[in-house]
Amino acid sequence: MTTTLPAYDEVVARWEPVIGLETHVELGTNTKMWCGCPTDFGGEPNTRVCPVCLGLPGSLPVANKAAIEATIRIGLALNCSIAEWCRFARKNYFYPDMPKNFQISQYDEPLCFDGYLDVEVNGELVRIGIERVHLEEDTGKTLHVGGATGRIHGATESLVDYNRAGIPLVEIVTKPIPGTGALAPEVARAYVAELRDVIRSLGVSDVRMEEGSLRCDVNTSLNRPGEEWGTRTETKNVNSLRSVERAVRSEMLRQASVLDAGGRITQETRHFHEDTGDTTPGRSKETATDYRYFPEPDLVPLAPDTAWVAELKAALPELPRLRRKRIQQDWGLSDLDMQSVVNAGAVELIEATVAAGATPAAARKWWLGELSRRANETGVELADVGATPAQVAELQGLVDAGKLNDKLARTVLEGVVAGEGSPTEIMTNRNLEVVSDTGALTAAVDEAIAANPDVADKVRSGKVAAAGALVGAVMKTTRGQADAKTVRELILERLGA
Amino acid sequence: MTDLTKLSAVDLAGLVATGETSAVEVTQAHLDRIGAVDERVHAFLHVDTEGALAAARAVDERRAAGEELGPLAGVPVAVKDVLTTKGVPTTVGSKILEGWRPPYDSTIVERLRAAGTVMLGKTNMDEFAMGSSTEYSAYGPTRNPWDTDRIPGGSGGGSAAALAAYEAPLSIGSDTGGSIRQPGAVTGTVGAKPTYGGTSRYGLVAFSSSLDTPGPCARNVLDAALLHQVIGGHDPRDSTSIPAPVPDVVGAARLGASGDLTGVKLGVVTEFTGEGAEPGVMAAFRESVEALAKLGAEIVEISCPHFRYALPAYYLIAPSECSSNLARFDGVRFGLRVGDDGNRSLEEVMSLTREAGFGPEVKRRIMIGTYALSSGYYDAYYGQAQKVRTLITRDFTTAFEQVDALISPTTPFVAFPIGARTSDPYQMYLADLFTIPTNLYGGPAISVPCGLSDGLPVGLQIMAPTMADDRMYRVAAALESSVGTFTPPAL
Ligand SMILES: [Zn+2]
Repeated sequence: MTTTLPAYDEVVARWEPVIGLETHVELGTNTKMWCGCPTDFGGEPNTRVCPVCLGLPGSLPVANKAAIEATIRIGLALNCSIAEWCRFARKNYFYPDMPKNFQISQYDEPLCFDGYLDVEVNGELVRIGIERVHLEEDTGKTLHVGGATGRIHGATESLVDYNRAGIPLVEIVTKPIPGTGALAPEVARAYVAELRDVIRSLGVSDVRMEEGSLRCDVNTSLNRPGEEWGTRTETKNVNSLRSVERAVRSEMLRQASVLDAGGRITQETRHFHEDTGDTTPGRSKETATDYRYFPEPDLVPLAPDTAWVAELKAALPELPRLRRKRIQQDWGLSDLDMQSVVNAGAVELIEATVAAGATPAAARKWWLGELSRRANETGVELADVGATPAQVAELQGLVDAGKLNDKLARTVLEGVVAGEGSPTEIMTNRNLEVVSDTGALTAAVDEAIAANPDVADKVRSGKVAAAGALVGAVMKTTRGQADAKTVRELILERLGA
Repeated sequence: MTDLTKLSAVDLAGLVATGETSAVEVTQAHLDRIGAVDERVHAFLHVDTEGALAAARAVDERRAAGEELGPLAGVPVAVKDVLTTKGVPTTVGSKILEGWRPPYDSTIVERLRAAGTVMLGKTNMDEFAMGSSTEYSAYGPTRNPWDTDRIPGGSGGGSAAALAAYEAPLSIGSDTGGSIRQPGAVTGTVGAKPTYGGTSRYGLVAFSSSLDTPGPCARNVLDAALLHQVIGGHDPRDSTSIPAPVPDVVGAARLGASGDLTGVKLGVVTEFTGEGAEPGVMAAFRESVEALAKLGAEIVEISCPHFRYALPAYYLIAPSECSSNLARFDGVRFGLRVGDDGNRSLEEVMSLTREAGFGPEVKRRIMIGTYALSSGYYDAYYGQAQKVRTLITRDFTTAFEQVDALISPTTPFVAFPIGARTSDPYQMYLADLFTIPTNLYGGPAISVPCGLSDGLPVGLQIMAPTMADDRMYRVAAALESSVGTFTPPAL
């Protein structure tokens, strides 16, 4: 189906969007939700499994306390109430990547409920209501071999890897978000970004969207101003911040074109396609599975001790948004500069570098300059680029002490990234220290003058600009370790210019 | 020479401990007996001859090395095929698990091994423990050693029949609605359902998670208590396991055997002594109540008005949980797989596997349960049944404010002829009429032989408060000291 989509600003003039987000976060606990199997990524298929996470007959789940604690901390950071008593529930449906053919989840008794998260969009605060935060288990992965589509139909063989089955998964559901108008796509993106930062600040998950440890489902509906909310669609597995924004926008445009043509929106799940930015229909809700939820009889109810919850609340780290505000003030950054620091994922790195002794300006220069460039080139996260905040601070210390100039410092940093050792070690081992001994420098200058009599004459005759060639020669013999300004002054002095 | 198969577990353990006989001799005697009679009884689905003899040899070696042996070391045990046994076939009486050898031991079996008992093999049962006659086993019915044309009860008919046929002195059962007690009653043996959470469910293939309770079966009360002591107690792998020590069931059984029940107050459940039970069963029960009174017990009548709703509530809760528990049997990871010919879709293979692998009673309960949990019906069925469960629990707690334990016949009728009730599920369900309330409450209950009706055994049920398992053993042992044990005619 190809239809010409209306222009976005026309759409938002006629229609008001209501959005909602369901986010799944894989927790970074050491062991799985119901058994002692390890949770780290990778591993040969079906090597991180046991009777429990394979759902073998007779096996029973035992809840992972660390996962419950992490979920409560997420709930508290999102200003939720924590249930004094709640139960896990079984969500029943048949699918081969679910070992038991039911998922242990929570239904009408979530562990955390009724909170909010403030996010900043274009300098304005938007309060996103949080409906619930609950704990459940991840499924395995099915690989359909053969057939054209890679989907279950038409495949000649289906292989299942249960290494991920039973990884603790937290689901965070917003309340419906009305009233954001044209900003709806940006609000959605800002919410997911802020949520990611909150969870990362809690240290309960590495929240890497590209590895699927944070996944989003986006609900969208449109209504005419002043009228009831429209029928919503649910766009599944939107797995990058950019895609969240695109998915909302694309679904708003699609729904508007349907509604403008007098059609009606079907309540359904849709799939987002990264390549085209479109959504296509999935399962219709009208024929959706009846999950037959009921309380999980193999687990006892959760009744978190109120004193323990209070302790967890008291120990929460500063919220990322507030922390960013404080840091921006401390570092004296403009909104724009702060934004680039945040976008580069450099807040913590710079903070740690400053803590190790560098000035905020110098720390920012290294992380956003040389190191960001290098991270982009090699396609790694800035934190994994190969230099630590302590090393960057040490490097800057050498510059401040006059032992390295800017160019030498870059060379040393390359050595650091290459794993050659600490900046001081590299400087010493590679003999990169600035030559500040004027005796040695004077000798090098005299040598350059003697080797270039023509140039020396020009300088003597007042063509000071020609001194550049002599500076270059000195820098070459000192292998760049001299301070160019000092060299220049020395040359002019010797030549009486 | 003594026939070792006729001895109690206590006596066998004593002979092994003193070296008068060896664990291997004891084991071989029982294996021989199985070889001689099991063709007629069909109590076993799998006999682990090699495993049993190896375990027995290990006990003998430990004794020879001067190691201290546990109270049941060297005593053979038959295990209901509902419990996983590492490397030993576990079918749950179903075709869907035919040939499955679990990679792990259930906690109960692990404890049995640690205690030096000798596992003879796996006993027959109604498929997935759903039934009251063992006729729903996919591998053919077990026969009652008292009359091989009759049923041995169910679902644990194999574990009970193995005792009555002297194929094993001890066995393990599991009780979801009466599957230990009712077979005990109709085979003249002792069957105890511990407090829910008092014995671990880890490795018990689930039928109804909130009701399933593994427990001991024996030919006398003290043997049952000793086995209970070995298998009971907290298990961190079962979240619903109670973190408390096993009540002193062995001490209570010994105390009861003295035949003194002075100061013990027993309540006869009014609702279970009216219509519904056969006259012969009621006669034996009444005589036993007299006997208990003679031992010093004070007997009163107690009404538990909500017990009459137990059966319908049970037949919503158990099928609901089973519909979910049995979803994992789909041919993907273990057990039977049907229709995987390269042309069929995964869904078709899963569906064909379940169609072929499950028997009619299992399918019936999966369908009932699926319906009861469906959106729009949940409140009317599952939700309502849970409310009834609360009311039944309240009946129990109110009763236990007035009496120490409740008593009733275990089951309304003696062993019925094979085939008599298979055409009408409701007639079959009635077998558990008196045993189900306890499962809904979660407390312990025991069935102890109390007499005969037309030459067939009748059981008396003693129900106690949760974690007061010792109390029922005391009363059961006292009754046993008065009425004695019952020996079936020679096979
Ligand atoms: Zn596992």
